[in-house]
Amino acid sequence: MGYDCVVCAKQVPDTKNITGQAMKDDGTVNRAALPAVFNPEDLHALETALDIRDRFGGTVTVITMGLPKACQVLRDALYRGADRAILITDRRAAGSDTLATSYILSTAIRKLAPDIVLCGRQAIDGDTAQTGPQIAEKLDFTLISYLEELQALEDQTIRVKRNVGNGWEVVEARLPVLLTVMNTANTPRPSGAKRIMRFKKAKAPAEVAGEVAAQMPQAGKPEQAAETKNRCDALAAKGLLIDQWDLSTIEADLAWCGLAGSPTKVHRIQAIVLAGGQYRQFQPTDESVGELVGELIRDHTIG
Amino acid sequence: MIEVNRKGEVWVFAEQEAGKLSDVPLELLGKGRELADTLNVPLAAVLLGKGIDDLASRLVAYGADKVYVVDHRSLDLYQAATYRKVFCDLVTRHKPQVVLFGATAMGRDFAPTVASALRCGLTADCTDLQIGEHTAPGSTQVHQGLLLQIRPAFGGSIIATIVNFDRWPQMATVREGVMVMPTPDAHRQGQVLRERVGLDGYEPPLKILEIHRREKKVDLKGARVIVAGGAGVGTKDNFKLIWELANCLGGAVGCSRAAVDLGFADKDHQIGQTGTTVRPVLYIAAGISGAVQHRAGMEESAKILAINSDPNAPIFSFAHYGIVGDLKMVIPKMIKAIRTGAKVESLATAAPARV
Ligand SMILES: Cc1cc2nc3c(=O)[nH]c(=O)nc-3n(C[C@H](O)[C@H](O)[C@H](O)COP(=O)(O)OP(=O)(O)OC[C@H]3O[C@@H](n4cnc5c(N)ncnc54)[C@H](O)[C@@H]3O)c2cc1C
Ligand SMILES: Cc1cc2nc3c(=O)[nH]c(=O)nc-3n(C[C@H](O)[C@H](O)[C@H](O)COP(=O)(O)OP(=O)(O)OC[C@H]3O[C@@H](n4cnc5c(N)ncnc54)[C@H](O)[C@@H]3O)c2cc1C
Repeated sequence: MGYDCVVCAKQVPDTKNITGQAMKDDGTVNRAALPAVFNPEDLHALETALDIRDRFGGTVTVITMGLPKACQVLRDALYRGADRAILITDRRAAGSDTLATSYILSTAIRKLAPDIVLCGRQAIDGDTAQTGPQIAEKLDFTLISYLEELQALEDQTIRVKRNVGNGWEVVEARLPVLLTVMNTANTPRPSGAKRIMRFKKAKAPAEVAGEVAAQMPQAGKPEQAAETKNRCDALAAKGLLIDQWDLSTIEADLAWCGLAGSPTKVHRIQAIVLAGGQYRQFQPTDESVGELVGELIRDHTIG
Repeated sequence: MIEVNRKGEVWVFAEQEAGKLSDVPLELLGKGRELADTLNVPLAAVLLGKGIDDLASRLVAYGADKVYVVDHRSLDLYQAATYRKVFCDLVTRHKPQVVLFGATAMGRDFAPTVASALRCGLTADCTDLQIGEHTAPGSTQVHQGLLLQIRPAFGGSIIATIVNFDRWPQMATVREGVMVMPTPDAHRQGQVLRERVGLDGYEPPLKILEIHRREKKVDLKGARVIVAGGAGVGTKDNFKLIWELANCLGGAVGCSRAAVDLGFADKDHQIGQTGTTVRPVLYIAAGISGAVQHRAGMEESAKILAINSDPNAPIFSFAHYGIVGDLKMVIPKMIKAIRTGAKVESLATAAPARV
């Protein structure tokens, strides 16, 4: 009984709060200095999945593709109630555009054979909102974007209210479906204190390996590998080992992954300069404001 | 995916709903015209729907050389799967080199599924499109006549130019209002081509049970003057000052997203990356810090006047006129100056005529 849900969650630089520290001297944003966060709308996707599980039974698996440090969002998902977390990490996936990203994620999802896949509507760094619809196409799941309210889930049929900007729609489809979730859909539940205690030590093998390398810099590779395995086994025994898949695990065709699998190529990147500038200053006095208004009237901007 | 095809046309997806064309495809025909002329290929619009014949001539008037029409009962209401199937058939048949979509709710649902099915690239929310060349790093091959797809990313902190030189078509989405609407020419001639597609026996996967649409109440794009208020306005009551100033200038009221979030104004008034893009003759930004997402929607205004109490607010870096001060003091002074100033000026300009 119940529904198996897979939530796609992305770790993103916090572009919403670009503060002084993240600015370089030339007025451009230093992306590396932005804190990494759970992509905001993915929290709403997770909440929708947890709500489905709480009401109808089933499971919630969270997957993320990224560097090992992206495990932070997986732990966060476990704190909030996810049943399982999977890190997809592979150097060969670097440089993926949305086509390659959606190919890799869809290949991983296929192994999990869920009833419902949930994505955030959009990630705040790449900002494309393309990954969800593309995963749906690749899996041949029915796409329902912009979920604002899950109205009904009965048997193999789902009914959803979608927000399409200039209005809304109610649509119905047979499972399996892929939903993209808006930030207006719900309020994500906070982390549970008990779950934080339980999962704060959860780690993926790549993180353990990084930790071992840092703690035993003198040790040889085989010795480090043996220690990593010991620690992973110990974590696994406690149910704290985060699953880690690479492109071979999911049997991805490398021609469709990473840079090779990405038709869009970056030609040029320009940083936006946020400081400096020339403007004519007027004072907040009657005379000065009157002068400005007079000028705008004379050059026919207003009046 | 199709091969690189230098003779391929430039296409615009002619988004329509209930027999009404959206603004974006018309705006895209303006840009598309420019691109097609540079590449020396035809510009075509692709029109899908039911009972939409009369829209084709409008697309021609706005610049299309050809309109591909698929009129079918299954295309009456938009849904991604059905539209994708038909659209991909047309792409494989005619092999366009460039395909442009509006980055509307529909376009952002539709275009990615087309790209996924064709296994080609798609650049989201472009703010400019040009034709240019590209040399891949580590290669000496120069790819000429490519579509340069220019878009902001990382919350607007960078501008990326993206190309797609091997797996075509080159596809991009563009937000409403970003490209300038061309002037229609009712005398333009174009071809209307009826296309057949295999939809018989096809079951669309989505059942659309209810559709609710609300008309946009605010005409920001048509306004000569816009007075916009942000979080710095402070309260909903203070926001009346923004309305007053707009009224006495005969302008429209805009706002930042923070002002929407705080309940000062309705979402229809929002200017910026996720709101409306405007280029009025005068843009007055009061209590708006000038975040990149806001700037994206108004920086092409002919004149920008910023009123902000913080002399270091980013808005001053791209404003033409600035008043550092409390908007609650400054706006009433402006209103007073406009009321008296307008009188003085009209007397002054009227005076010589009387001599
Ligand atoms: C400056 C810049 C510009 C770019 N422009 C484009 C472009 O125009 N076209 C293009 O195809 N690619 C582009 N990319 C690449 C794109 O950002 C990546 O492919 C990225 O992995 C996914 O796209 P997104 O960030 O836009 O996510 P979106 O498509 O906005 O994400 C939607 C949802 O998909 C899921 N999701 C996305 N990525 C992951 C992940 N790694 N793990 C788990 N779930 C995920 C999440 O649920 C997320 O909420 C650009 C990258 C950069 C750096
Ligand atoms: C993906 C994304 C999309 C976005 N899209 C948009 C968008 O489309 N449009 C948009 O606007 N934002 C958008 N934003 C939000 C944007 O980043 C900013 O948060 C927002 O524009 C800030 O609004 P604001 O300038 O009104 O508020 P603030 O940044 O809080 O600025 C308020 C300003 O008022 C000044 N002030 C305070 N009191 C007074 C006073 N008494 N008199 C004069 N000045 C005063 C302050 O000095 C300050 O500069 C988006 C963000 C993201 C991440």
